[in-house]
Amino acid sequence: MSILDKKISELHQLLHKKELNVSDLVDATFDRIHQVDDQVKAFLTLNEEYSRIKAKQLDERLVSGGDRGLLFGMPIGIKDNIVTKGIRTTCASRILENFEPIYDATVVERLNQADTITIGKLNMDEFAMGSSNENSGFHPTHNPWDLSCVPGGSSGASAAAVSAGEVLFSLGSDTGGSIRQPAAFCGVVGLKPTYGLVSRYGLVAFASSLDQIGPVTRSVEDNAYLLQAIAGNDPMDSTSAKVDIPDYLASFTGDVKGLKIAVPKEYLGAGVEPGVKERVMEALKVLEGLGATWEEVSLPYSRYALATYYLLSSSEASANLSRFDGVRYGLRSDNSDNLIDMYKQSRSEGFGEEVKRRIMLGTFALSSGYYDAYYKKAQKVRTLIKEDFTNVFEKYDVIIGPTTPSASFKCGSMTKDPLTMYMNDILTIPVNLAGVPAISVPCGFSDGLPIGLQIIGKHFDESTIYQVAHAFEQATEHHKEKPKL
Amino acid sequence: MSRISKEEVKHVANLARLAVTEEEAEMLTEQLDKIIGFAEELNELDTDNVEPTTHVLELKNVLREDEVRNSVSVDEAMKNAPAQKDGQFKVPNILE
Repeated sequence: MSILDKKISELHQLLHKKELNVSDLVDATFDRIHQVDDQVKAFLTLNEEYSRIKAKQLDERLVSGGDRGLLFGMPIGIKDNIVTKGIRTTCASRILENFEPIYDATVVERLNQADTITIGKLNMDEFAMGSSNENSGFHPTHNPWDLSCVPGGSSGASAAAVSAGEVLFSLGSDTGGSIRQPAAFCGVVGLKPTYGLVSRYGLVAFASSLDQIGPVTRSVEDNAYLLQAIAGNDPMDSTSAKVDIPDYLASFTGDVKGLKIAVPKEYLGAGVEPGVKERVMEALKVLEGLGATWEEVSLPYSRYALATYYLLSSSEASANLSRFDGVRYGLRSDNSDNLIDMYKQSRSEGFGEEVKRRIMLGTFALSSGYYDAYYKKAQKVRTLIKEDFTNVFEKYDVIIGPTTPSASFKCGSMTKDPLTMYMNDILTIPVNLAGVPAISVPCGFSDGLPIGLQIIGKHFDESTIYQVAHAFEQATEHHKEKPKL
Repeated sequence: MSRISKEEVKHVANLARLAVTEEEAEMLTEQLDKIIGFAEELNELDTDNVEPTTHVLELKNVLREDEVRNSVSVDEAMKNAPAQKDGQFKVPNILE
């Protein structure tokens, strides 16, 4: 067993007992990356030299003793839309190919304070717009379970790198499913926290009312450790909530007796593949065996979530991405002789096809004459979708269903029609619109590819999600399966 | 009936500060028409008495003390500038 297969708590013990040092851990990480990343292609930037220096520094502190937190010395990969001071941050876009941030995102700062080591930046769909990583402006990432399949997106590489054992854990971001869908496709654990729980300061904005940063890990326990480190109010993000952060590990009781689970019929309806349905039904049986009960419910407005999401997220994106104008940072086109033309040429040369399409859709939905019909209408439907969840949570503790309608798919098989690609996120999008938290945990396989179980909780009730996810994980063997790479 | 014309696509592209070729305009007209058509399923819903959600958290007027703090230095601000002169961002002609 590789050292990188261990959990944070086990590694922490080994470091503490001096049976392992941080340099060993960092060396093992880069060895693995150099061994498999030319196949997986998860990393856009490696921070190798700095990581080895920092590891040595931490090892010196290890000798001298003193207080060390659980994440001390742990190597981490960061999605490339989270800014890292002095480390190139591209959003997988040509427009930011040479962008070097001058500050750290709040989550990165918090991880640095916890003495983690940022070993590199992870590929994604350009500006987080996509569900397969094929929209990266640089290269696609591949699914470690089957290299001819996609890892999902947009945090595809955040999930693939963890799945392939290249990093212990990573950070992703989730606007409409971008952490949970790739976590499901790659057989790892991915959490989208409650909107406002984790600071968005330093997350390059896609759709500000939906974006959240969250942890991608191999175990539920590691996931909770990582969330514990990054959650909490941040004055630099005015949408960051002022709530008390509980001790998430306290919810790891293994007990779900009396827990009430709602299973939306819309989440097991047409379009959801039989292999996926079977795994979810098996998972419900496991939870029943542990003393939970489940009932079928309805989230009637969820069928309108996809349209609502594309109008709102694209509208917000069209405003957020207006900052890329070739003036202060990013690519500037040489093929122009006046300012307006420079804006247009720079943006057209720098942005990829999908990003331009969404900017166009958003600009249209916000433009004079269409604002009420599209943007405002979608905001109103968002209210109905949010109320769906409020109603169900009056009677139930969690909502459970599949994370995705199918397992991963072949690279190139869905790139022709944008709408077909959008359908991937049909089960994850309502969660972002409602702002509630949700996790994807491995629940088995269909034709050799991983399937994810989605557990959705009440606002700021990550503890119950973790409680259920952990109990399920401990009662099953799915999380022990690893891709053969 | 198409929901968006090629002329409208060109107008929107100008608003979004994107340069599109004739070919791109044609492709975008077709794709956007399809996506907007899909989005029109929202019209099935009566939302006359529904309040819009701009934000899921009930946050209002998040303020801080108006204190003088350090800000980004000129050198840092210029670090990623594609073109600069005398500590300022340099741009092409604005006036013809």
